[in-house]
Amino acid sequence: MGNHKETYPLIRHLGLLLFLAGFGLFIGIFFLSDYRLTEEALQEAFSYKEEVAPMAVSQTLPDDTRPATPPPLYWLMVKEAEPMMGETYNWNFSFVDRLNDLFERTNERVLAIYGLSDDEIEKIIEVSRLETNLEYNTTLALAQLEGEGQLLEERQQLLRDYTGWMEGRTYETSEALEQELRSTLEGLEMGITEGEGISSYSAKGYLTSLVKYSTIGWIANYTWLFFWLAFGLSTAGALMYILPGLGTVAGIKHNNIFFSSLKNRGWLGVLLGTFLILFYIILYFYPYYMTNWILLVEPFCYWMTGNPASEFFLYGFLYTLAVLVMGVRMLIKYRHSNYHKIRTASLMFFQLAFAFIIPEILVALNKPYFDFKNIWPLNYDFFFDYRLDEFLANGTLGLFMLGWGIALIIIAVPLFTYLYGKRWYCSWVCGCGALAENLGDPFRQLSNKSVEAWNVERALVHSVLVFAVGMTIAVLYTYFTASSEFLGISTYTLREIYGFAIGAVFAGVVGTGFYPLMGNRVWCRYGCPLAAYIGIIQRFRSRFRITTNGGQCISCGNCSTYCEMGIDVRWYAQRGQNVVRASCVGCGICASVCPRGVLKLENKDPKGRFGNPILIGNEHVSVIE
Amino acid sequence: MKQVVIIGNGIAGITAARHIRKRSNYAITVISGESDHFYSRTALMYLYMGHMAYYNIKPYEDWFWPKNRIGLVRDWVTQVDTKHKKLRLQEKGEISYDILLIASGSHPRKGGWPGEEAPNVQGLYSLQDLERMEQQTKGIERGVVIGGGLIGVEMAEMLHSRNIAVSLVVREKEYWSNVLPPEEAAIISLHLRRQGIDLQLESELEEIIQDEKGNAKAVRLKGGKQVDCQFVGITIGVVPNISFLEGSGIETNRGILVDSCFRTNQPDVYAIGDCAEYHQPPAGRKSLEQIWYTGRIHGETVASTICGTPLTYKPGPWFNSAKFFDIEYQVYGEVPNLPKEDTETLFWQHLEHEQTIRIAWNKSSGAVKGFSLLGIRYRHEVCARWIKTSATIDSILPALGEANFDPEFHRRHEQEIRDLYEKQTGRTLATPVRKKFWKIFG
Repeated sequence: MGNHKETYPLIRHLGLLLFLAGFGLFIGIFFLSDYRLTEEALQEAFSYKEEVAPMAVSQTLPDDTRPATPPPLYWLMVKEAEPMMGETYNWNFSFVDRLNDLFERTNERVLAIYGLSDDEIEKIIEVSRLETNLEYNTTLALAQLEGEGQLLEERQQLLRDYTGWMEGRTYETSEALEQELRSTLEGLEMGITEGEGISSYSAKGYLTSLVKYSTIGWIANYTWLFFWLAFGLSTAGALMYILPGLGTVAGIKHNNIFFSSLKNRGWLGVLLGTFLILFYIILYFYPYYMTNWILLVEPFCYWMTGNPASEFFLYGFLYTLAVLVMGVRMLIKYRHSNYHKIRTASLMFFQLAFAFIIPEILVALNKPYFDFKNIWPLNYDFFFDYRLDEFLANGTLGLFMLGWGIALIIIAVPLFTYLYGKRWYCSWVCGCGALAENLGDPFRQLSNKSVEAWNVERALVHSVLVFAVGMTIAVLYTYFTASSEFLGISTYTLREIYGFAIGAVFAGVVGTGFYPLMGNRVWCRYGCPLAAYIGIIQRFRSRFRITTNGGQCISCGNCSTYCEMGIDVRWYAQRGQNVVRASCVGCGICASVCPRGVLKLENKDPKGRFGNPILIGNEHVSVIE
Repeated sequence: MKQVVIIGNGIAGITAARHIRKRSNYAITVISGESDHFYSRTALMYLYMGHMAYYNIKPYEDWFWPKNRIGLVRDWVTQVDTKHKKLRLQEKGEISYDILLIASGSHPRKGGWPGEEAPNVQGLYSLQDLERMEQQTKGIERGVVIGGGLIGVEMAEMLHSRNIAVSLVVREKEYWSNVLPPEEAAIISLHLRRQGIDLQLESELEEIIQDEKGNAKAVRLKGGKQVDCQFVGITIGVVPNISFLEGSGIETNRGILVDSCFRTNQPDVYAIGDCAEYHQPPAGRKSLEQIWYTGRIHGETVASTICGTPLTYKPGPWFNSAKFFDIEYQVYGEVPNLPKEDTETLFWQHLEHEQTIRIAWNKSSGAVKGFSLLGIRYRHEVCARWIKTSATIDSILPALGEANFDPEFHRRHEQEIRDLYEKQTGRTLATPVRKKFWKIFG
């Protein structure tokens, strides 16, 4: 009896307490471990990236001679790491700092081995001076390099690559030659550290593995225990908080939402938003700070896939857990509506099976990672060279994946969108949709409904679509022509910018981090290029619409308020006009929260879909223009 | 350019203003003492319950008014001078008009009970009422609501959302049984009890008992029962706001008396909405119609008249809707609450869920007269069409699926209803129209 807050209050409060304990522990775990660099950790981290024969520290090289064969990076690393070995660090921040120093010193060593000494540079200038007009001669320059064997050959090749363009050039003074040579060699040095040392690209991965394998203390020793404490407690607690909802009378339960600090941008909402934003920044840009969390799911990952966990396995795990637990909440909250029950079950299924389990099984079977429901251009790297190569290298399965992915884009999207509207994907299948619908449900009322926001939305989301299509065309151009420039732009830079600005910042940091601040569909509404593509079809060629019921609207505003896409549904309902909007994801919440039964999601004959605005009830005035 | 002045920015006044703007170039001024902008009065309860914030219940963004050249004045009208076509405002002086449209709404009715002037005794109509209720119910334990109508149940739900115990005092045998047939009324009564509402049926208020400071501290019902409380809501209907018209020469009774074109007895003065009273109500209608939908229809209609094309008030078949906690209610046409000689009804009820359908038709002609629904949604357009064309019950039942407006995947009950009809009347219906499978490909 009574208000939903009063059903099983003890269980609910205990659940909240357990959840907070589990979640608090999860946060605490971030800071919990100590770190000690060991040879094993280095081996682990580097053998994970490249095959290196194990070698004792004592066998590393003396400082001042150039060996005949180029030494593996790992050897240099071990040598430079010597002072750090066995030292214990209490904070991952200071440990990462020291590792960065270590990487820098290692790169200096790499430079000392591969780079040109001042002696060699002077000799090159010396021999050039003997030529007429100070002409640069590559063959002569190469002859000035010292050393022997394979290393010498590699160094000569590098010098040829980087100064080849100077061949036959003449200089007025030896100073001019030296200046040009030295500035060219700066590029060479960069090339050496990127190619032979720890590149800026691979540093993130090395750091993450190194920190992970250097972890000592409770998390490393009792990983399963902490796994269950953090995730078990918070999951059990959340369910204890959610399940008593079954004791209430079924129906829309939106009491006090606008008085809630969490759900109406109070301090709790801001706090949660900050946490989510930081989480995504660390995940995408500084994963080596969240290694304790990665370590936490490591045994689970081994159990499931036989591989060590990466930050993205952790992310997939948390993501799926959130979709499932909050999915249970949706199933209970909307248990009076079959539409929401089936829709939510579908989202939970696709996230668990298609986005989490199947791709991980594929990887475990040494097949390409593939999410069969992720569609380009949301799945923006589908046409990247390494993906295409992977498909082509995996026989029938690989070709099937390629064909499937393309069929989704050109057949499934237009066909299903015509039949059922955008919802077939956005609120029934999509992973971003699953997180938004389930985890994001408490924040749907925060979306901006103004016409101004609508204008921003249309400009932004279609720009991202154009960007995604352009970027993909450029990348494919490179794939087929091997020319790295398209219309004078580097396709690699283009795809890097897309991955950073759209893939990481927009979809992750802003898209999810801003749930408690701007509503749960920030990415889907303002950024998702696939949503833009499907939206265009829904707007112009679909059987889907939201029908309004005659004259029953009382303009109360529940529909608009709880529209996560920020559609001002009331504006249509109160003039008796069907809602046909590109952005509508068909979640059906507007129809559920309507207290007067005014809205219905329908697939019907496209004829008359837009309809005349008709308010029934007045025999004299029925159509407002 | 004619100057149209509208008193009141509720649904009636604002609908009129919007339609006058569509039809003319007149200067339009809307005066309201209640709020700066039009808001949805029906959504007041959701503000209190925290379902929405004030900005959510404004149907139009603030830029809408200047863009459509609808001037808004925030003030109360204290006097109407029909002779010189002038209004006196409480603060902002005088305004002249060429055409005056009064849509001043109404205010909660009182019952003349001892103690009803206490500060924590009130009705619910305006934003100001809501603010007062907000203050008066802070941290209280129990509220008593007097009146078994639509606002009464809203107030009960509001208090309930704040974990305040509620006693709902209803004069009739069941909740709203002067409108709902006994079966439906019983379902709603039970639902209210399931929600935890203390429903006092067949009870009437006798006295509100005040403490030494003058605040209500209990109510005494007829028969002597006393209920302690810290707040009393009185929801026994509304009364038109017409006191500011005294001495204006505008003819009033309970409301402002209007003809079928909403003209008052004074030239160029019209009245619509809650405050208007028809000299001759349309067939089947009451002389005062104080609901959202009629207010809107009044506004649409009078706009045409004001813009030079006189239209009479001609509403279609009656319709209304409400929500009692978690049960939605829709009605189309006439469904009597008690058996009527010329009317036959079919009543279907779900075995577990709080869902009912009642269809009424004329006994002799078979013409369908109305649909009344709990927990099920029907299509307004289809129901109104059937009622208007006097479609027979035998012809509509096979096509009943057309009327269903429930969300997808919800269980459908048309066949059960047809079976019930055949059993009840001994007649045989035509085979229902089936949706063709290939239709899904458009």
